[in-house]
Amino acid sequence: MANVSLLPAGDYRTTYRADTTIFPTRNSRIALWLGLALVAASPLFFGRYELSLLINIGIMGIAALGLNILVGFTGQISIGHAAFFGVGAFASAWLHESFHIPVWACIPLAGVITAVVGLVFGAPAARLKGLYLAIATLAAQFILEDFFARARWFTGGVAGRLTEPLTLFGFAFDREETYIYVVLFFVVVMFLGAANLMRTRDGRALVAVRDHYLSAEIMGINLAYYRTLSFGIASLYAGIGGALYAHYLMFVSVEAFNILFSIQFLGMVIIGGLGSIMGSLMGAAFMVLLPEVVQSAAEALSGSAIDRLLRIGGSISYLREMAIGAAIIAFLIFEPDGLAHRWRLVKAYWKLYPYSH
Amino acid sequence: MEEASPILAADHVSLRFGGVKALTDVSFSVRRGEIFSIIGPNGAGKTSMVNCVSGRYRPTEGRILFEGQDITRVGPNRRAALGIGRTFQNLALFGHMSVLDNIMVGRHHLLKTGFLRGMLYWLGGAQTEELAHRREVEEIIDFLEIQHVRKAPAGTLPYGLRKRVELARAMAVKPKLILLDEPMAGMNLEEKEDMARYIVDLNEEWGMTVLMIEHDMGVVMDISHRVVVLDFGRRIAEGRPEEVMADPHVRRAYLGEADEVTQPAEEVV
Repeated sequence: MANVSLLPAGDYRTTYRADTTIFPTRNSRIALWLGLALVAASPLFFGRYELSLLINIGIMGIAALGLNILVGFTGQISIGHAAFFGVGAFASAWLHESFHIPVWACIPLAGVITAVVGLVFGAPAARLKGLYLAIATLAAQFILEDFFARARWFTGGVAGRLTEPLTLFGFAFDREETYIYVVLFFVVVMFLGAANLMRTRDGRALVAVRDHYLSAEIMGINLAYYRTLSFGIASLYAGIGGALYAHYLMFVSVEAFNILFSIQFLGMVIIGGLGSIMGSLMGAAFMVLLPEVVQSAAEALSGSAIDRLLRIGGSISYLREMAIGAAIIAFLIFEPDGLAHRWRLVKAYWKLYPYSH
Repeated sequence: MEEASPILAADHVSLRFGGVKALTDVSFSVRRGEIFSIIGPNGAGKTSMVNCVSGRYRPTEGRILFEGQDITRVGPNRRAALGIGRTFQNLALFGHMSVLDNIMVGRHHLLKTGFLRGMLYWLGGAQTEELAHRREVEEIIDFLEIQHVRKAPAGTLPYGLRKRVELARAMAVKPKLILLDEPMAGMNLEEKEDMARYIVDLNEEWGMTVLMIEHDMGVVMDISHRVVVLDFGRRIAEGRPEEVMADPHVRRAYLGEADEVTQPAEEVV
């Protein structure tokens, strides 16, 4: 069941080009365009609050995809991803304020700056593996956090830094209804980029390093280069996510990018599915929506008998943290391949329905 | 054949791990275009020797010459570009990648697109390059008759197929010299016959020089042009298969004293 091909019976593709598409079936392409159209039309039927959730999913999805390239595809580990996210946020704000570069150019540039920072901190990855690498990235998290608090020229110090909205041809994307299109654009570009990467030389090299680094080396893959490169790419994604975040909130505070946030990114990647591109987006959606669900569940409960018994009224925020922890544990036990895998199973089930055996 | 220049030469190679001598002063040369086998009892240092050639180990003493060039200090990942490919004794496929992707990894040093052009795919020429190499990879897939598992994750395949995919991946490197570490281990008779045919074909039709470790003496005798015998890390004989088999040292060290007893035992494997 797990390996059921989602292609229609028979393989009728006659060119290699048709055999290398990202979305192999017509239904998946229809679903893609429908999804994009729905998001593009969402300001028509969603309020600002729902739109802010969508924007958050997109931003977190981009950053989570970066971490997935590092953790899921290359088999490295990083517990400092939020710090790189922060570098991107501050870099974009700093570039705009200090050099008056337009915001639309600041966002990709912030990605590049973060990638360079990531390459520096990723250098130990060329030699370290597993737990040792985890500790090295933990060091990156704390060093960068400390840097944020002290480097007033870059971050505005503990007071944080105000940012400007993105403007294009005099049009300001300063509200949820408009900013959603900016995020949508970057989500499409970054996810396409990752999907393309994974079907070309360097993407395959990353996965080869993960699956069997000894034979990867014999196949001509430079292990140190690809292990470090993977940090660079992950940071590029984190930086662009961070920059989008900065110009959405219009304010970047130093405390936001702590280790808990890093762990949340890891949670998104695990829940979404290690080594799955769309899984990164699913994981981000799960992580953004879970607190909302818990919140509304708690609100529904408040005043009820259970509330009076457990007195959860004041501890909703704890409930949220607990739910995230519980979700990660539940996924590790019941669905270690993440939401993306579960989604494939669902599709396979309906493809074979009602003759599933 | 006799006059052909050596494509690979091991020049007084010794390999020590602390006090353990894996190889002691081993020299041999592989001529261009031949099927050359390394045989010897378990623990004789055959795989260590192949690892020295592929770059996994660096010899403690001695040199490895490939096409006359000293490659003793060349990193393993750069030897693929020089023209050395290999398979592993214990399967070393990329288990979660499809068979096709596994083989495409073998093209790594032949592909030019970096990650940026890869991400742009349609714009930087990555697509054109991918499709061109896909065509060549398909020829290897056809040759090894693994069309039906092209898209299957390599980790899900049965053992015999995995061995073939690994051979395909090594062939995709376009090596001048291909190192096969026990290509027939654990196979049944039919699979062995297939594999032997592939090895002969890739030698004769694809023009690859083959350096092979194999325990199945029948196959070694049948398809090798020349053989070197190792025992306890030392070279004890080198020459044509029938010469080597007649060598008294080999009979004693490898086949045992009472050869009429051990000979059938070999067949049982």
